[in-house]
Amino acid sequence: MTVGAQLVVDVASWALLLAGGFFSVVGALGLLRLPDFFTRMHGASVTDTLGAGLILLGLVLQAGLTLVAVKLLFLAIFIFFASPAATHALVKAALARGVKPQLAPEDPTSKP
Amino acid sequence: MVVVAAFVLQFVFWLLLSGVFTPFLVAAGAGSAIAVVWFARRMDMVDVESFPLVMWRTTFHYWPWLLKEICKSGWTVTRIVLDPKLPVSPTLVRFRPLQRTPVGLVTHANSITLTPGTITIEATPEEFLVHGLTRDGAHGCVDSEMDRRVAALEGAP
Repeated sequence: MTVGAQLVVDVASWALLLAGGFFSVVGALGLLRLPDFFTRMHGASVTDTLGAGLILLGLVLQAGLTLVAVKLLFLAIFIFFASPAATHALVKAALARGVKPQLAPEDPTSKP
Repeated sequence: MVVVAAFVLQFVFWLLLSGVFTPFLVAAGAGSAIAVVWFARRMDMVDVESFPLVMWRTTFHYWPWLLKEICKSGWTVTRIVLDPKLPVSPTLVRFRPLQRTPVGLVTHANSITLTPGTITIEATPEEFLVHGLTRDGAHGCVDSEMDRRVAALEGAP
């Protein structure tokens, strides 16, 4: 690869890595700031979709056309199948143990 | 037929993860793949549902759209988290999904959970129970475009 093309790939991959890091921090911040168990799960889901996804994409660019890139893509696919299942299990377990979600007051004007 | 496809999938997976193509390791991979398929058959788990990635229409038509939705709602949740006033209005909604097959229902429920701001709590053919970070987000899951798109995938190869 020429020096110029390498530079473009590096810049793109750093942009993706920084964006992924940003969304991971936002997810952690959400975990701290949001009021109850269920809303905190929403904060965490920013980390394991946008955060993990963008970081893996940035790493794929760094790896280039190698088996390492293939493994990173496998990782992304597994995260995308496993994380909703884990979230679902966690939420059901919380409900089964009697954790009640804090709900906003009903708004009569926006019934489905 | 499905058994052969399962074997090929396992074997290719081994080769990609290994990356070492000595005769011994390739043979060991083939042996492991055969063993895994044999066990899976004994557990009656080798069927079309084992190949979510081979459903091409899902992969090329639905996933890009889902990724776009994840980015959009991820950004919405990011703005809420960074907003000093923290404008959340947690809401539960119940609705009846359009899907009729297990794969369709799971795809729909997982898609809702994957998009930040909404989580599927209960998923049955009769009713989905969804927790949303905001009132708008939660009501957005009822009769949604996602519901229609996943239902359209059902029965497609």
